Amino acid sequence: MAGAGQPGAAGGAGPASGSGAEAVGYRRLVVPLLVPAWAVVGLFMVLPVALMVVYSFLTREFRGGVTWEFTLAAYDQFFVNRGLFGDEPPRLEWTYITIFWRSIWQAALATLLCLAIGFPTAWFIATRPRASRGVWLFLITIPYWVNLLIRTVSLRFILRDNGPLNEALLALGVISKPLGIINTDLAVQLGLFYSYLPFMVLPIYAAVERYDHRLSEAAADLHAGRWTILREIVIPAIRPGIVAGCILVFVPCLGAFLAPDLLGGARNFMIGSLIDEQFRGSQGNWPFGAACAVILMTMVLAVLIAQARAALRGAGR
Amino acid sequence: MKRLVALAALIATPAFAEGELKLYNWFEYIPQELLDKFEAETGIDVTMDTYDSNEALLAALKAGKLGQYDLAVPGDYMVRIMADEGLLDTIAEGELANRGNIDPQWLDVPFDPGRRHSIPYQWGSTAFAVNRDVYQGDISTLGIIFDPPEELRGRINVLDSQGEVLTLGSIYLGIPQCTQDRAQLKALSDMLMAAKAHWASFGSDIAKDVLVSGDAAAGMIYNGFAAKARAEGANVEYAFPREGYVVWMDNVVLLKDAPNRANALKFMDFLLEPENAAAVTNYAAYAPGVLGTEPFLDPAITEAPENNPPEGQKGFFIEACDEATQRLYDAIWTNLKK
Repeated sequence: MAGAGQPGAAGGAGPASGSGAEAVGYRRLVVPLLVPAWAVVGLFMVLPVALMVVYSFLTREFRGGVTWEFTLAAYDQFFVNRGLFGDEPPRLEWTYITIFWRSIWQAALATLLCLAIGFPTAWFIATRPRASRGVWLFLITIPYWVNLLIRTVSLRFILRDNGPLNEALLALGVISKPLGIINTDLAVQLGLFYSYLPFMVLPIYAAVERYDHRLSEAAADLHAGRWTILREIVIPAIRPGIVAGCILVFVPCLGAFLAPDLLGGARNFMIGSLIDEQFRGSQGNWPFGAACAVILMTMVLAVLIAQARAALRGAGR
Repeated sequence: MKRLVALAALIATPAFAEGELKLYNWFEYIPQELLDKFEAETGIDVTMDTYDSNEALLAALKAGKLGQYDLAVPGDYMVRIMADEGLLDTIAEGELANRGNIDPQWLDVPFDPGRRHSIPYQWGSTAFAVNRDVYQGDISTLGIIFDPPEELRGRINVLDSQGEVLTLGSIYLGIPQCTQDRAQLKALSDMLMAAKAHWASFGSDIAKDVLVSGDAAAGMIYNGFAAKARAEGANVEYAFPREGYVVWMDNVVLLKDAPNRANALKFMDFLLEPENAAAVTNYAAYAPGVLGTEPFLDPAITEAPENNPPEGQKGFFIEACDEATQRLYDAIWTNLKK
């Protein structure tokens, strides 16, 4: 854990800067102070995740619950297809991979959309006079004082065929029949984009605010064009903000099920609704739900580790 | 000393003399006045906790709440499941004075043959409703949902619930609910996949809303929801399809290890009084399973077309399949929504 590594490093620095007695006193103080943090991480992160991993290897009890017998049945169900009656030769099961793939590209598309709109927005805000930046940021956050469920339902009201959007466009003569956005993937995209845009804007804003604009001027003096400056100077400089924003949007979009259910019509499972289904119905399958969550978490971790390694390489350059 | 005991008894009387009753019921499913009436008539102190789904009830009882409650109100298939799991006590012959008040059609129900553990509480049906401004043709068939006419294609909402969708589909095809027959299951799966192309959305909570707003022109729906949609101004008609429809019934069951068994039986008898059964119906707006309630019922409820299936039309309870069979239906549902 990152938290556990810190005090050791700090304690190790102690003897070099002061006397040994001071270092011991420091350690005596630091350990008890860290206990609450460790307890919180252990209780609310490590324990639930460990429980989920363990449950994914247990035997399903009919109508919810588990029996404590080790099995790989949940993972087998995810990856292996033996036909409806279980008597066909095993082959790769595409059902759940299809569901995961749908969630992944929806999340990736929403991330790109957020980046395309969020980056210029963040740039605009960060380049306003210092006094008015606060107001702009405040305006960005206002909608997020309202619960996500209510905002998603409201979006449904706006987008529906006889909602205000279609009625306004019809009245203006822009369209002759309703757009038919509701219950489509486009509506899901709009919902995800609207829900998670600030998570893109805020980290990029923080990076742009620290950006030294004299770098752009220097590049321009050296005859770099606008695109060259953006590509070679600006984006590398604010890259950590962009990466953070992309992760903050992509990860929650991957597990989202409010927007797909309420705006997309729930015609197809997403990862979130697939997992939900395993724990809700009387036919529930807890180990399979846990296995889906473990597979999802493994994928997210892989993305984060790849990003961290890329960042390390970038820093080493 | 004697006087002191008498005094203590006097103070204690209202609360403890007749003991108490622990009821576990759905939220907003019984009027408080009715509980007050029972307390006034019998002196029994009623405590009620609530739940919001059959599965939540089952989970709570299995997790150790058995022995803390006297009565619960599970839905039809859950009565069967609870009986199978050994969570129910048996009502002996003659223990319920008002047993004769039960409507004969609800006496020998498939989920509790002979009513050994339960009495009817409320019942209703699940089929579909159609917006009559959009479609004026015959709606007395499940084909409206599963093989829809041109006008309704792409404008249908179905319940996001495996039990209702697969059962109505089976009724439409005329196949049994818990079959292991390959040809029948394949036919069911193929029929649903083809029908899905015409469905705009899956949603249970939104079932009424989409009909009122016009998002959907037809939708699978519970009869009570359809009546509310009509009351909110939508020109919708609830259908009782000729192939059959789903009926559901909530039932009061006597729980195993009930701490106040005698009082529980008294409360069951109380609920079987026509006037009291009618009070529940007037509150919940479904239908009672007790004879002789008519004089006490709100006419708006009794006369609603959603509560009056035509003579001869058949309703089916959703059956609880065994584990091996249920796996097949789970696979069909997942395949439908993948």
